[in-house]
Amino acid sequence: MQVRVYVTLKPGVLDPAGKAVQGGLQSLGYDEVQGVRIGRFFELEVEDRPDMKERVEAMCRTLLANTVIEKFRIELPERAG
Amino acid sequence: MSRVAVLTFPGSNCDADLRHAVALAGMEPVAVWHKERDLGKVDAVLLPGGFSYGDYLRCGAIARFSPIMEAVRAFAGAGGPVLGICNGFQILTECGLLPGVLLRNRGLKFLCQDVELTVEGRATPFTRGVGGPLRLPIAHMEGSWFADAETLARVEGEGQVIFRYCQNPNGALNDVAGVSNAAGNVVGLMPHPERYVEAAVGGTDGLGVFLSLAGRPAGGAA
Repeated sequence: MQVRVYVTLKPGVLDPAGKAVQGGLQSLGYDEVQGVRIGRFFELEVEDRPDMKERVEAMCRTLLANTVIEKFRIELPERAG
Repeated sequence: MSRVAVLTFPGSNCDADLRHAVALAGMEPVAVWHKERDLGKVDAVLLPGGFSYGDYLRCGAIARFSPIMEAVRAFAGAGGPVLGICNGFQILTECGLLPGVLLRNRGLKFLCQDVELTVEGRATPFTRGVGGPLRLPIAHMEGSWFADAETLARVEGEGQVIFRYCQNPNGALNDVAGVSNAAGNVVGLMPHPERYVEAAVGGTDGLGVFLSLAGRPAGGAA
């Protein structure tokens, strides 16, 4: 099944690339854009198992995110039945 | 003669220069492939610059799990001298041996230029007798050192900032160019001392780092 992981920068961490994208959007006329933060999105195909959530959290902490600067959010599929 | 392990990861590109610098300082360089699990009998471990694993995910994030890194962790834990340069520095922060993290440069440009550095902080095996300021080259896209406020206060308070930019090129917090661990035996820096060890290639300010490791500090009586 598919597990989705969102990794985003913690508040306070500079994101110069996000700033550049914000500038690009504003130069296109989208003056309403007040800020842009760039993160990463992972789609993991994993076998279902009872401890899946704990294992995906461990994956995030050890590799997918650097928790010095990033936080993560995990979306598990709804189990059928 | 000191034996110095120089690691090579897939994508490392400063390992040959590093071995050359080690030899120039009168030590024996030992090439170690990242798939090894044993460092052998060595007196220090150096992690070179480059683009290990293509910088996929984050710089140094994958190299951190190379088989040799368990041995590096044990070596560092036992007090052995470990130096990471550029990508080597990124790997050491990713695996938690050094504080903080290296972010994308503030100006979003790959920086390839000389910088001036002060040498300060606690005593380390790589900065004995090394005075500043040093002129060394940088070549990086992700060199902006960052840490949360608590870590920054600790690193500054404990004298773990070892190299500091005279003019900040990349947005690094507090102009930090290089840091050590709490014990002072593990050091990382973004500038490349191994590229300035001979006048013919631009400068000699980097040689002192290797002479220090060899126990032949430039300032002392040789």
